[in-house]
Amino acid sequence: MIEFLDGNEAVVRGAVAAGCGFFAGYPITPASSILTGMLKALPRTGGVAIQAEDEIASIGMCLGAAAAGKRALTATSGPGMSLYSENLGMAQMMELPLVVVNVQRQGPATGSATKGAEGDVQFARWGTSGGLPLVALAPTTVEECFTLTVRAFEIAEQLRTPAILLTSKELAQTRERVDLEALGGDTGGMRLPVPPGEVPALHPIGGPTLARFTTSSHDERGHITGDPAIIDRLVRRLAAKIEHAAPELEIVREDLRAGAATLVVSYGVTARAAREAVAAARDAGLAVSHLILHTLWPVPERAIREALGGFEPGADGTPAPRVGPASRSAPVRRVVVPENNLGQYAREIERLAAGCGVDVVPVNRMDTGLVTPGEILDAIRSVHPSPPRIG
Amino acid sequence: MTFLNRPPRDFPFCPGCGHGGTLQALDSAMTRLDLNPARTAIVTDIGCIGLSDQYFNVHAFHGLHGRAVTYASGLKLADPDLTVIAIMGDGGCGIGGTHLVNAARRNVGITLVVCNNFNFGMTGGQHSVTTPCGGITATTTEGNPETPLDLCALVSAGSAPFVARTTVYDQALPDLLAKAIAHPGFSLVDVWEICTAYYVQTNRLNAKSLKELMAGLGFASGVIRESPRPEAAHLLRERARVSERAAESGPAALECAAEAAPGGAAAAPPGGAAPAALRGLSCEFPGTLHDRVSIVIAGSAGEKVKSCAAALGTAAILCGGFATQKDDYPITVMTGHSAAEMILSPSRIEFTGIDSPDILLILSQDGLRWASKILARMGPDQTVLADDGLDLPSGRSRVLRFPFRASAAEAGKKSIPMLALGTLLAGRPVVPLEALRRAVALTQKPPVAEVNLKAIEQGAALAGGS
Ligand code: SF4
Repeated sequence: MIEFLDGNEAVVRGAVAAGCGFFAGYPITPASSILTGMLKALPRTGGVAIQAEDEIASIGMCLGAAAAGKRALTATSGPGMSLYSENLGMAQMMELPLVVVNVQRQGPATGSATKGAEGDVQFARWGTSGGLPLVALAPTTVEECFTLTVRAFEIAEQLRTPAILLTSKELAQTRERVDLEALGGDTGGMRLPVPPGEVPALHPIGGPTLARFTTSSHDERGHITGDPAIIDRLVRRLAAKIEHAAPELEIVREDLRAGAATLVVSYGVTARAAREAVAAARDAGLAVSHLILHTLWPVPERAIREALGGFEPGADGTPAPRVGPASRSAPVRRVVVPENNLGQYAREIERLAAGCGVDVVPVNRMDTGLVTPGEILDAIRSVHPSPPRIG
Repeated sequence: MTFLNRPPRDFPFCPGCGHGGTLQALDSAMTRLDLNPARTAIVTDIGCIGLSDQYFNVHAFHGLHGRAVTYASGLKLADPDLTVIAIMGDGGCGIGGTHLVNAARRNVGITLVVCNNFNFGMTGGQHSVTTPCGGITATTTEGNPETPLDLCALVSAGSAPFVARTTVYDQALPDLLAKAIAHPGFSLVDVWEICTAYYVQTNRLNAKSLKELMAGLGFASGVIRESPRPEAAHLLRERARVSERAAESGPAALECAAEAAPGGAAAAPPGGAAPAALRGLSCEFPGTLHDRVSIVIAGSAGEKVKSCAAALGTAAILCGGFATQKDDYPITVMTGHSAAEMILSPSRIEFTGIDSPDILLILSQDGLRWASKILARMGPDQTVLADDGLDLPSGRSRVLRFPFRASAAEAGKKSIPMLALGTLLAGRPVVPLEALRRAVALTQKPPVAEVNLKAIEQGAALAGGS
């Protein structure tokens, strides 16, 4: 069924498709239409949606509902994410599944409330105390706002973790042609392999087994503890359950070219400009590879390493044998990383490329405008060995 | 029968601390009510009292400082028949004060037991929102200069249906707690206690003088308020049942239910695309959208630029093509400009930014002001359609002027954008006029569509005269 929808509407559809039963939110541009959309959609499926008194109450109510066994969603923008911070950590500690949509806007703070940017990428990973990993997904289209919302619910539930959907003003409030029904095969059914004991079963409050959720360090039965051995076991398990699932959590789109010396790594709304830039570069005869990341956290290291030409840095920092497909005869020499911020994910690429002799070339913009295909194309040309002129 | 899983002597509190007494009274109340442990949850806050959930054989949730009421509310809204008891200290009531007022106002059927001992015990005896004026604490060594908060008055301001206050030494406390828990709506019991480790060390206060302090401050005691009204969780569940039934009886009923539901009107998608969304769009005008065209419509707030643009985007999809629409308006939506940036294309659209559009429609002075930078970037291959009453700066683009506003005088200013689109498409069929008419019929409510269909004809007639 073809429709003309924006990203926020697609998130609402995705949440309903995923069986979301509870939503609490607080109005904020540009996320408000998820709140109004959920208030309209959830009662029809027997769920509950409510506008809370602030963002802290929004996420708090969601976590209460999650503890009662409901699939819960909340949505906000940067300022609200700041207020979610403490409760995000609590969700990690209590292992409560929760999907959080951060419709990014230009910041910091109130910033340009009605304008776009993608400046919360590292904040998504490091936005709560303790530094434990969580999951963050980034759509590039309205259709992916739908599919990745469904994925986020699956991941949150299977790993008992908060999962963040990082959209942006540009996706949330731009309508485009979508066919959500045609995506049927692309939704649902993700099964993450979880080693036994790594993710304990969730006994909901109100159910026959008495449940104990606590924000404090606790033992396996939910009792507060000060025993370093038990605390160590807890935090390592909380980290490991995400890290162990990382390979299966890698959602990426690979558009790689054999022999390409230049790789573009993109995500979010900037990936759309990157697609145009890569197509233009190829039209001009340049061999360029493109990797689009939908999973930002945990870092899709396997896909990035493969795209980099399959180098694993050796123990001494020199490149070890490639593990990527043999068809890629020449390794990538440089990576263009366009971002709608001052350069946040480029550091992850730098980390993975360390010791491989690869240059990381950032293309950044945070003036409320989009990174343009022209800006990315300029970067591709400037780093290409023999830049031919096009256009 | 008891809900305690250990004898009270195992409580972790300092000797003489009031918390133990309140928890025993709570246990008596729960026993008296014969609560089902599997259908009861205790939510605790931070502070010494935050340790207490561990001692009860019921479901337990020990959350962040000041937020117990939010978790308790979430539990209750998710499971309306669950008995939810939140236990907080006076410190939590300060940092989370807004949640108290709002849970009371909203009337979520939880019971909030406040263990109020006028200071923060766990962190070393600092003053709280309930520390009496003159009280000596670690952070008010010269005496508290602030006035204490009357928590019962606070939730009463939110029309809490059950509010009570007493001391931990009151024999009637279990009774009072049982009444509060049995009450279907939001209830608060403010239980005054002593903190033997801190507050009583530096202030003249003991078990006996708690009542005197209460009287001295002029704070009411006993059952202060009892005025039942519909409880939120049950109310929402009932509304969901009605919506669910409506949704089951088909799309037509679905729309009515949505409109009848509170918040339904606000939830209507901009541009009123819901009716078409229920049916979906199909390619009714194949092969009629040939080129990728970018169009910017710059008009004024309240003149339906957004819904008009949505109809144009829908028209492109009806032609088998693709469209993107990005709106721009000031935060104060009813004033200033309202603009839409559109791309229509026979193939998938990646980058949605428009530096200088192929076509710019300027419909008002507000629109002109907003679009002036765009106008300056436009070249000779690009076209501007402007209202003829506007004073346009000279530029390089081709400018066509039409009496959009004057022609729309009769139908009203809300038809200006559609009228201008009629003019545009009659002169340059980016999409056929027929596709636009069809999109209007599909996406707009009949009375609005009628006005807009007329506007399209009027606009098309203007094109002939230019
Ligand atoms: S510090 Fe005060 S409140 Fe805490 S246990 Fe001791 S007496 Fe009770």
